Formats: sequence, C-alpha cells, structure tokens
Amino acid sequence: MNWEEIIIALPKFWGGALLTMELVILACLAGFVIAVPVAMMRASQNWWLRNIPLIYTFFFRGTPLLVQLFLFYYGAAQFDVVRESFLWIVFKEAYWCALIVFALNTGAYTAEIFRGAIQTVPHGEVEAGVAMGMTKSTLYRRIVLPRALRMALPSYGNEIILMLKSSALAYTITLMDLTGVTRTIIARNYLAIEMYFTAGVIYLILTFIFIQVWMRVEKRLLRFQNT
Amino acid sequence: MLDLQGFGPQIAFGAWMTVQVAVGGLAIGLILGLMGAAAKLSANPVLRWTGQGYTTVVRGIPEILMVLLVYFGGEDILNRLAETVGYDGYIEINVFIAGITALGLSFGAYATEVFRGAIQSVPVGQIEAATACGMSSRQVFLRITLPQAMRLAIPGLGNLFQCLLKDTSLVSLIALPELMRNSSIAISNTREPFTFYFIAALIYLAITCVVLVGQLYGERWANKGVRQANS
Amino acid sequence: MKKIALAFVAVLGLGVGMANAGDKIRIGTEGAYPPFNNIDKAGKAIGFDVDIANALCAEMKADCEIVAPLDWDSIIIGLNKKKYDAIVASMSITPERLKAVSFSDPYYSNNLTMVAKKGSSVDPKNLKGKAVGAQRATIAANYVTDTLKGVDAKLYDTQENAYLDLTSGRVEVLVSDKLPAYDWLRSEQGKGFEFVGEAIDVNDKIGIAVRKKDDELRMKINAALKAIVANGKYAEINAKYFPFSIF
Repeated sequence: MNWEEIIIALPKFWGGALLTMELVILACLAGFVIAVPVAMMRASQNWWLRNIPLIYTFFFRGTPLLVQLFLFYYGAAQFDVVRESFLWIVFKEAYWCALIVFALNTGAYTAEIFRGAIQTVPHGEVEAGVAMGMTKSTLYRRIVLPRALRMALPSYGNEIILMLKSSALAYTITLMDLTGVTRTIIARNYLAIEMYFTAGVIYLILTFIFIQVWMRVEKRLLRFQNT
Repeated sequence: MLDLQGFGPQIAFGAWMTVQVAVGGLAIGLILGLMGAAAKLSANPVLRWTGQGYTTVVRGIPEILMVLLVYFGGEDILNRLAETVGYDGYIEINVFIAGITALGLSFGAYATEVFRGAIQSVPVGQIEAATACGMSSRQVFLRITLPQAMRLAIPGLGNLFQCLLKDTSLVSLIALPELMRNSSIAISNTREPFTFYFIAALIYLAITCVVLVGQLYGERWANKGVRQANS
Repeated sequence: MKKIALAFVAVLGLGVGMANAGDKIRIGTEGAYPPFNNIDKAGKAIGFDVDIANALCAEMKADCEIVAPLDWDSIIIGLNKKKYDAIVASMSITPERLKAVSFSDPYYSNNLTMVAKKGSSVDPKNLKGKAVGAQRATIAANYVTDTLKGVDAKLYDTQENAYLDLTSGRVEVLVSDKLPAYDWLRSEQGKGFEFVGEAIDVNDKIGIAVRKKDDELRMKINAALKAIVANGKYAEINAKYFPFSIF
C-alpha cells in the first residue's frame, strides 16, 4: 500500500468531494421540490392526475441513471433544435445536465416514497380533519403532509444515501467529482487499489456523517410521535 | 429516427449479456445475503461483527467504486488466497466474473438486511412449537423459518433485483459488452447518441416490466394460503 | 478452513481462465479509436492497429487472439495483470508509461494537434478560460492539464465522446493525436472542422506495450516489425488508411 501517494493526492480528493457534496445537496433539494407535488398527484383519486406522473416516475425509476445521464448529455446535443435554442445555455454545461438528471431521478424515487407515506396516513386523522371542516388544501397542509413526511423519514434518508452513491456517475460526463478525480489520478500514477480504497473511505465518511445528521433530524421531527 | 443502421444484433446481444450479468449477480448476492443474515443473527460475536462490517462498508460505497475495486483488486486477493492453500498457478478474472462478483457483493449487503428482517419476522411461536416437536435447529430453519421468511423477503428482494438490473449498466464502464457498451459502440459508428441511448432505455424498461410481473407472481405464489388484511 | 478456501477458489475457477505460456499471444486493443482500432457491426475489432497486430503475428508464426473492447484508463493495468500479453492500441511511448511497462520499437509516429470549428477565431496561444477537451489518460490530456494553463479542461472516457462534445460545441478546441483527427475530419461528422495552429511536436512515438519481464516477446515483436517494414507489408497496411507514410 503506497501511503505516500495517497497523502499527496488528498487535496485533489478534497476538491472532488466538495463537488460531489454540492451536486448531491442541490439535487436532493430540487428533488424534494419536485417530489411533493408529484406524490400528491400520484395519491389522488383522479385517474388522470394519478397516471400522467406515472410516466415520469416509471421512466426514471425503470432505467439506469447512466442511461439517463447519457441521454440528456450526449443525446440532447444531437439535435440542432436544442443546440440553437435558449435551452443550450443549460444543456451545454455538464454541471447543469448532471444536476437536472440527478434531481429528476431522485425526485421520481422520492415521489413514490412520499406517495406511499401519504397513503399510509392513519385514516382516523384524515377523518378528524374533515369532521372539523377543513378544506382539502388545509387538510393537506396541516394533517396529511406533515404526517406523511415524518413517516417517510427513514426511507427518504435511505434515498438520499443512494443519491450520494449515484452521484459517482457524474464523472462520465466530464465532471471532476470524487470518482472523476480518482480516475484521473490513477491515469497518471497507475495506483488503482490505493486510490479507489481512499475514495471508498471518503464516501464512507460522507455517508456516516450524513447518517448521524439524519438520525438527529428524525429524533427532533418525531419527538411527539410515540406510536 | 429509430433506424438501428445494422446494429440491431449487437444491441440484442448486449441486452442478453445484461440479463446474464443480472442473473449472475443475483445468484452470488442471494448466497451472500443468506450467509450475511445468518452471520448477523448468530450467537458468535465475531460472526456478528463481520456481518455488520460487511453490510456497513458495502452499503456505504458507490456501486461503481465496487465494480472498479473488484476488477482491479479482485485478482490480487484471489491469488493470495490461492497461495495460502498452496496453489501455484496464476488465476485471472475476466470482466464478466468481476462484474457479477461486484454486483453480487453489493446485492448481498442489502439482501442481508432483507433476509434478517424476514427471518426475525417469522412468529416466534412457530419456532417454539417446532422445537417442542423435537426438530433439530437445522430442521427448524429449513422447514419452518426459511419458507416463511422467503414469503416476507420476496418484495424486498424483488426491489433489490430491479436495482441490480440497472446497476449492470455500470459494468459497461469496465468495457463488458453489455447493453450500454454496445450502444456506445453503435454510436461511435453512427454518431446518433439519442437514438441508441433511447432504445437502450426502452429495453431496460421492458426488462424491468418483466421483472415486475415476475415479482407479482412470485409474491402471489409465496402468499398462497395466507390471509391478507383488507386494504 | 483450507478445504473451504480451496473449494471456493475452485468454484470461482469454473468461470476464470488461467494464463499460460505458449505460442498463443493475446493482444489487447481499446476498440474506440478509429481508424486505428474500432469495433464493427459484427463485434469484431478492426483498424490499422489490428491489421499491424495480425501482420506481426503472421510474421512471428504465432497464434494471436485480439482482446477488445477494453477500457482505455485501465489498459496498462490489465496488461500487468496478464489479461493479455501485448497492447497494440496506438499507445504513445512516454517516460511515465515506461515506469509501468516496456515498449517495442515504434510502429508509427504521431503529433498532437488542435481541432476546432472552421472559421472560429481560436488562437492556440491564448486559450485562457476556454473549454478544451481531450481523452483521459492520453498524452493529449497531459498536454491540456500540464502545458495549457488556465483552460477549462474536460476529460472524456473515450475519444468518441470527446468528438461528440466538439461537434455539439461544448468544447471549443479538442487536443488529440493528429492521425485519428485527420481521419475524423474526413468524415461526415468532422466536415465543419479543421486543424488549428501548428502540429504540436512532442516527439511522440507509438509502440507496442508488453510486460517488463517479457523481454523475449518484445524482441520477437521488434524482429517481426523490422521484417514487415522490409517486405512491404507495413506499407501495404499504411496505404489502406493514409495516403502518406506514418512510420
């Protein structure tokens, strides 16, 4: 094990880790914003509201993230229509492509998690809200969503961890995230095992930190839940 | 727009390879999952720690890193193992073996948790009754625990298998000629990335549908004779 | 414990091969670098490198197997792990690589060049802040990251992906080996592009990589190379791809 080379490479790893964290945090925030309305639609009684978003979640959950990335990054650039329109400002940058794809991907998974949670909100609480004369939107705002989001916390935490790991694919579209930095370093010093080992340790540390944070979030949000 | 320009057979071959990698990974993953669950539930603290270490580490690193690590490090480890048992030759791992091992290791870590949860959910009363009937612990496990645990594990395992299917695309990044890699090759000749990646996406969706249907049938078969709560 | 370990190794052995000596030479090539190495519709490896490899093997009277496609980033690592015995994949002889492998005599020469859209006012001396692309783990990539300061470097897993981004405009300039770029400029996709600036002479010689201790193989390849240059077979293969000599 060539420890010297690992130490020399650490600053570059740090740069990669920063980009990874940036991508994951922004993608998860955007994904959350997408997921809540989509989940509400997927849980509705109306056939159309329920099944149009299904196309979105089915596509993004049923295809590999790698395909989605390549489709957006290389595939979209094939069409002159895209290249000559204002969309190109966004599609041109690998950073935005990655962010959009990650957000849509995590949004789809999160939407299904939230949908399951919405549908599992104890019916008694919903009935109580209706009995008190709440309108649909108040019902959602005061009863259903707070309850559903709290129930979804463990699964949602898992999904965020999965997003952290999936972010490793950003390097395939030229971004220098942690895995991209690792591959580039290995291309010069051929120390594959040492470098991948270090990258693995860094991912584990990031995952560990996140789990600790999430446990505290869960504890605080679920403090009145004793069932 | 959807003209394959003669690359149809390559794409079809790639899809078949994808399925093979998924099934290979599943086989290894199920075995590792059962072993891991047994380790985590055992009375032996060393086994418990090993199991915990396995699941924590493997679930914490990206699958692509797993594939890359196994591909480069796997041979070293295997050869050292072989040396300790006195085997002098040189063993090499081809890309396919590296791929299914890496995917199997990943699957196994998550499957360990699924199996563990399922085994622990088998009503204790049944285990007690079986022991009271005089069954050995091995008989209890094989005749009572495992069949019932399988029923509880199938939904979780089905979801994990779907993830595994999508993760096979990662093996394209170490040049295994599965669906993604063959699509890239077709693109380098035809210069139409959208066409081929879109077709690849459709094929993945199709395979996912098949697996979903299979999972539904599997659940129905495993739940034969079990009364379900009305939703 | 020994029995279990042996059984485990044996089971894995069901799917693995064993490297052996003998007259079979496995030659690895990337398969994503036309016109030197590429994969055709039937899945076979084709190109200048493949033709040279076959000619050398015929000359050495050895039984050759072409191993492709391979991941470029790890192609040297694969050689050292004995997945194949030689690399004929347009690999430049560099001091860095010489630390890891040995090379045969060169079988062609190369320069680096910059490619950009026709009519774009790209000044090779002043690329600050511009997006410049190259394939990762090549001397072109080294040039971009070491010599060109202040550029926005974009590295790609394959040359093909680099071309795709050049065509779509994501990178303004591509640094690549001159000969494949020459071939690409003649293609449909490369029509609107041209060489920019002078060829960057980095005294680049392309060789065949073998493991450091395989000196016998290296000698055999050198002898075979001399032979095919002398008897005209090299010129024949050269003419198939380029109207000028690339030796």
